[in-house]
Amino acid sequence: MQLLWEGLKQSILLLFSGDPEVLQITLLSLQVSGLATAISLGLGLPIGSLLALGSFPTRRFWISLVNTGMALPPVVVGLVVSIFLWRSGPLGDLNWIYTTTAMVLAQVIIAAPVVTGLTVSALQQLDPRLRQQLLGLGASRLQMVLALWREARLPLLAALMAAFGSVISEIGASMMVGGNIRYHTRVLTTAIATATSQGDFALALALSALLLLMAYLINLTLTWIQQRNVRRG
Amino acid sequence: MVAVLEIRDLLVSRGKRPVLQVAQLDILEKEILAIIGPNGTGKSTLLLVLSRLIKAERGQILYRGKIMQSSSDLAYRRKIGLVLQDPLLLDVSVFDNVASGLRFRGLANRLVAPQVNLWLERLGIAGLAKRPARSLSGGEAQRVSLARALALDPDVLLLDEPFSALDAPTRARLLDDFHGLIRSINITTVFVTHDMDEALLLGDRVAVMLDGHLAQVGTPAQVFNAPTDPDIARFVGVETVVAGRVISCQPGMALVEAGRFKFEAVGEIAAGRPVYICLRPEDITLWALPVEQTSSVRNQLTGRLVKLTPQGPLMRVVLDCGFPLVALITRTSANEMGLATGQEIAASFKASAVHLIAR
Repeated sequence: MQLLWEGLKQSILLLFSGDPEVLQITLLSLQVSGLATAISLGLGLPIGSLLALGSFPTRRFWISLVNTGMALPPVVVGLVVSIFLWRSGPLGDLNWIYTTTAMVLAQVIIAAPVVTGLTVSALQQLDPRLRQQLLGLGASRLQMVLALWREARLPLLAALMAAFGSVISEIGASMMVGGNIRYHTRVLTTAIATATSQGDFALALALSALLLLMAYLINLTLTWIQQRNVRRG
Repeated sequence: MVAVLEIRDLLVSRGKRPVLQVAQLDILEKEILAIIGPNGTGKSTLLLVLSRLIKAERGQILYRGKIMQSSSDLAYRRKIGLVLQDPLLLDVSVFDNVASGLRFRGLANRLVAPQVNLWLERLGIAGLAKRPARSLSGGEAQRVSLARALALDPDVLLLDEPFSALDAPTRARLLDDFHGLIRSINITTVFVTHDMDEALLLGDRVAVMLDGHLAQVGTPAQVFNAPTDPDIARFVGVETVVAGRVISCQPGMALVEAGRFKFEAVGEIAAGRPVYICLRPEDITLWALPVEQTSSVRNQLTGRLVKLTPQGPLMRVVLDCGFPLVALITRTSANEMGLATGQEIAASFKASAVHLIAR
């Protein structure tokens, strides 16, 4: 308990000291996970919409694949991406291994199935006759999909939150493909692991508090956007 | 009159089962065509085919004389207005819902507002413009749905049972308002319903659908008074359909036989011909026995009362005359006659009330 208490006290001091390294790690975490979430959204929304609204023979197979992808262990993603980006690997010539690009790539692989799967679920919960009604009102296919996204905005925002939550908190993939290089690829989760392994619990706790605070603030904003239009009663 | 839509040799299947087969149907300029039929007979499917939302397996639909191609679906859909049974409003304000179709067409905002306001006013919902659509009652929501379609100034209005999900008083009010409105704007309309009153009120012509086929098309009077088939007769409210035979026929009048009774019927069908004798329940008068001969009605028969059930403000009476004869009488009449099951009573009807269908 003493250890925890001391750690907490030190973490508060560290948080308010404006340590440049802590700031850099925090911003890099936001940058990597934010970009990965944005790319996942760009991929997951259209693919999820195609799977939810399309009618083609292998649709169910792809949906089950996406649903499986939602539970991909980050460490497995890290391993596979590492193999591909390793200098002797198929994509070794890109020289992405141990870069933030590799971390974004790995996080996209983690978050895209989450966005896709939850988009499928969100759109399939809408009344299927709404599509007919929208087309009957003269909507083009694109206008129809945009209108459906608007109708499903609450669960789609939940998908966004789930995707961001899954990548900001993962460590396995970032550690393996980023290498946890100080000032280059060290993010909050890998920094916490490093500090803990070095016995620097104050730093670990401070970084954990930062990670939680950041995740909370981002989800608070998204939740506010999500809930402001919810009718009560 | 010019046909706006022409259906030719249409076949729609679900799996291998044909659900809609229409050899020919023309929808004429400015007419209101009511499509009626029991549930599951392909009425809504026909409407969705006409909206180009379901592809037909075979056949053609001509719009203003031209065969429609898949590539022109969007352009065509922007010429129609579609209202489905449920309002299916978007989760935005009433104003934005009514504006949605206009915005899909890329209409400038300065042109959208006057059009939306006009139709909100005409549907009596101008006061609801800013309300979230999800907060509306069923009747209000359906008014928004109608305003949304009518604001498009469509060449053809397609309505799929728009009043059927409403409670009776709301439905009656909306139907009354809509009747006045649709007559004043004079727009080509296809109106699907299973309610005969709605079809009678709104339809210039009525098309009856049974088992995926178009069974009869005609004016409301033709369909309701002279159905061409016993199934159509039963659907349009003829409750007594009895197999019989024409005994003799004179100009304008036939004598027909059913069981132990003989009736006179207005019409000409050759003697010896087997027929169905059709009688609407509201055309039958009941008399307590013994009958005083004060009426000029020729057709009289007696039977035993087997069933007496309330039907709205009336009483539905079933007599066993060797065949079931169904009559509708007022509750007052039923009370005055002291009707009870097992009682022998007389029934009468005019020769003009009998409709004969050749078997």
